[in-house]
Amino acid sequence: MVQFVFRTEGLTKVYDSGEVQVRALDGVDLELYAGELAVLLGASGSGKSTLLNILGGLDHATSGRVWFRDLDLTDLGDRALTRYRRDHVGFVFQFYNLVPSLSARENVQLVTDVAADPMDAAEALEMVGLAHRLDHFPAEMSGGEQQRVAIARAIAKRPEVLLCDEPTGALDSKTGVAVLEVLNTINDTLGTSTIVITHNAGIQAMAHRVIRFADGRIGGVSENARRVAPHEISW
Amino acid sequence: MQALDKKLLRDFQRLWVQGVAIAAVLACGVAILLTGIGMFTALSDTRAAYYERNRFADLFVDVRRAPDTILPAILSIDGVAAVAPRVQGLAVLDLPGRVEMATGQILGWPEGDEPALNAPLLRSGTYPARAGDVMVNAAFAEANGYEIGDGFAANINGQRRELTITGTALTPEFVYTIGPGALMPDNANFGILWMTEAALAAAFDMEGAFNHLALSLALDAVEQDVTEAVDLLLDPYGGLGAYGRDRQVSDAFLSAEIDQLAAMARVTPPVFFAIAAFLVSMVMSRIVTLDRAEIGLLKALGYSDVEISIHYLLLAAMIAVVGVGMGWALGTLLARTMAWQYARFFDFPYLLFRVPPWVYAVSGLAALVTTMAGALRAALMAARLAPAVAMQPPAPPLFRRTILDVAMAALRLRQTTIMILRSLIRWPLRALFTALGLGAATASIISAGFMWDSLDRVIDQTFDQSMRQDAMILFTEDVPLSTLATIARLPGILQVEPQQMHAVILRHGLHEKRVALEARPRDADLSRVITPDGRAVDAPPGGLMLSHRLARQMDLGPGDTVSVEFLSGRRETHDLVVTALVELHLGLGAYADMDFLDRLERRDARVSVANVLLDPIRTDDLHLALRDIPALSGLILISDNRRSFEATIDANISVVNGIYAAIAICITIGVAYNAARIQLSERARELASLRILGFSRGEVSGVLVGETMLLAILAQPPGWLMGAGIARALSNSFSSDLYAIPLVLTPSTFATASLIVLAASFVSVMLVRRRVDRMDLVAVMKTRE
Repeated sequence: MVQFVFRTEGLTKVYDSGEVQVRALDGVDLELYAGELAVLLGASGSGKSTLLNILGGLDHATSGRVWFRDLDLTDLGDRALTRYRRDHVGFVFQFYNLVPSLSARENVQLVTDVAADPMDAAEALEMVGLAHRLDHFPAEMSGGEQQRVAIARAIAKRPEVLLCDEPTGALDSKTGVAVLEVLNTINDTLGTSTIVITHNAGIQAMAHRVIRFADGRIGGVSENARRVAPHEISW
Repeated sequence: MQALDKKLLRDFQRLWVQGVAIAAVLACGVAILLTGIGMFTALSDTRAAYYERNRFADLFVDVRRAPDTILPAILSIDGVAAVAPRVQGLAVLDLPGRVEMATGQILGWPEGDEPALNAPLLRSGTYPARAGDVMVNAAFAEANGYEIGDGFAANINGQRRELTITGTALTPEFVYTIGPGALMPDNANFGILWMTEAALAAAFDMEGAFNHLALSLALDAVEQDVTEAVDLLLDPYGGLGAYGRDRQVSDAFLSAEIDQLAAMARVTPPVFFAIAAFLVSMVMSRIVTLDRAEIGLLKALGYSDVEISIHYLLLAAMIAVVGVGMGWALGTLLARTMAWQYARFFDFPYLLFRVPPWVYAVSGLAALVTTMAGALRAALMAARLAPAVAMQPPAPPLFRRTILDVAMAALRLRQTTIMILRSLIRWPLRALFTALGLGAATASIISAGFMWDSLDRVIDQTFDQSMRQDAMILFTEDVPLSTLATIARLPGILQVEPQQMHAVILRHGLHEKRVALEARPRDADLSRVITPDGRAVDAPPGGLMLSHRLARQMDLGPGDTVSVEFLSGRRETHDLVVTALVELHLGLGAYADMDFLDRLERRDARVSVANVLLDPIRTDDLHLALRDIPALSGLILISDNRRSFEATIDANISVVNGIYAAIAICITIGVAYNAARIQLSERARELASLRILGFSRGEVSGVLVGETMLLAILAQPPGWLMGAGIARALSNSFSSDLYAIPLVLTPSTFATASLIVLAASFVSVMLVRRRVDRMDLVAVMKTRE
């Protein structure tokens, strides 16, 4: 039987600035499976980031419901959402959001210090190919390396889901591919359910499933019969 | 309005809390400058006007009994413009409705017209015209609730006289009205009385003579020459040596106050301006960093470097304008409060309170210039940004490994703690100045707070250890020692001890000083000389014991010989050996053994003052009995003295402490709030990241609160040092011939100061913390730095 990690029902998010109402999500029904690598594809403003933020416990929906396994996230308060993020979710952002005053190892330790069953910080960095850069500060690393530190930081707590918002958006093709390799490896070896948001259509080839977004709605879902390895992708 | 001007206004709107916090510090500097110079000007102008209109004299001389016939000779001295002779003396006052005696300084009122010099200013009623008339100083009348026509009795040179008040007046001679032996003005117990010269001369047996002379000098007169000529003429008649305004008690106190105001206006404001400049520099640099992309864009659009620099300087100027406005308002208010304070201590007929326009201009300009100086670095930074570079996101700040990292690793600190420490190490100058700013706040509280303990020490040493008598009985002239036996038989007297006061001039090399030489019997128990460590010491027979301050001024040490000219008795000059030095808080003490002086004078023992211990339940009987003792010129109750001293000090120090604490809180909020805001703006992303990673609000705020509070705590020891330094400087600057404020610093002073500053820092940071709680995580993460 297929296990769900996320399930949404009629998920709607309206941004109300007083004069203008923007429907970022407009009745999204979606199921995401345990262990899969899903790519959410769509243009800017199609609502994919909003969905990711709600799934990650950073935002609340205006209406509709959302579950993480059996946990109903819809009405959780700030404290419970903090707890949820701490225990279950790993985030990777387009702008790596590393703490500049902490070295690579220390940035990862930020998470391992508070997680219940973390891997060793050095081990996480080794998984992303940065075993030789443990004590370097963000300013001393390239963009690709910084993003890999961010991924190491996200996976170090052994999260059940890894949410990646345009992880290659700020990187050139070659560096971006290296980052995707890391994501793929983690999905394969750790079985972490991974959701990657991108507007880069090239990336969809590496996913188990591709979910297309347009105007706050799901435009279509397709499964890749054959997955392409990241090093075969370029843009 | 141009788009850039609109941006300016909107930027200021956005920054207003930070702007006001800086403006408040600036306002403190402006306000103190205004108050200091304003009050300095007000007091100097008032003094100058009052002295001129009421013909305050330049020289004063007391004499035993000089005939009026000597006056033409004095008037013909080169440089003397006018003379005003009079008879004066002390009297014991028997006031209706109260048992305790008061003391009066009675001054003769010339026939016909008001005195040529030191003319009193009539406040109500008329001048004294008949024998029983008396005009009193307004403060005395007010303190005792007297109206014109009220009466009281006075024991004038042994004769009881009933007097009727005909008028009240003020005089430039007694702007600061302090009675004999008193430490503070006490208007209920000490009054200035004017009686007709004829009546007074008869009472003191001074017909055709005078015992006090005031002189005014011509513009080109040399004071020293006139003094010597006057002394030469009056010497045969028992002249006690002419002295200038610097030794006239009232003017000496007034001058000391005016000097202090000038010092305050000179020393304090620069500190505030420096802190404000630092804050402006810190905030403006941050704004330029945040506006980086906008600056690039503006340059790409064709704005020049100069236009952009001016844009940021104007933003700082708006802060300065707010600060100056606040400072002017606060300063005007503060100056009025102080004027009210002064009115309580100084008896001026009017206060020419006018802060000159140039003071407003100068304080405003000073504030503006320091603010501009603070903003200059940021403005130049904006000018130097190349447009192409500016539109790129800045590189992350560079952190490097240092030796401290090894220590931090060894300590196994939490990552959030490491973030705090690295930030301090990465921007050491900013951390240093923030800490110095907070330290300055602590120092400000200490520099006022130490006065409590210091004056407690003075009160303890003066009243509990040195002046242990309940009262001092003053005689019009020295009386034989046997009089003490009579005193001892009066009701309520438990113990009595003699004391002598000699007016002497000490000379050593080029130094010359007129002092009161006190002589006591060995092992005196009531009035004692106490060293700072609490020991009672007696002047060794065979020489003089001097206070350290006097010895330093005279360049004397133990074993040196000093020439002592006695201005009373046989008026002889003796060379005496300095046998001991002693540390004292009050007065320029010179002491001798009583037997030794009596032998030197070749006379039987005499007494100028009887120190007595009283039975408290029989005090009233004593007052009644004393009214009938002729040779009495006054009774000083030490407890009254102490009470007024303590009350004055309490009121004064409370106000001063309140002002300094308010200033310290202003500085703390200005520094801590801005430091935390800048940190928040630099760290918004980091802090949002931490929240997303699952750190709670408390943990995330911990980083923000932690850094500022860590700096606040680190700031305390340097703050204590600065505070102790300022306290030492103040205690030195307060020292005069009249008194010295000892430097007493207790742990509680430091603790109180630190607690206030830490609490104010905490509140400031908590205000910023609310912003962490309201932070929109998604928005923060989406925006590019």
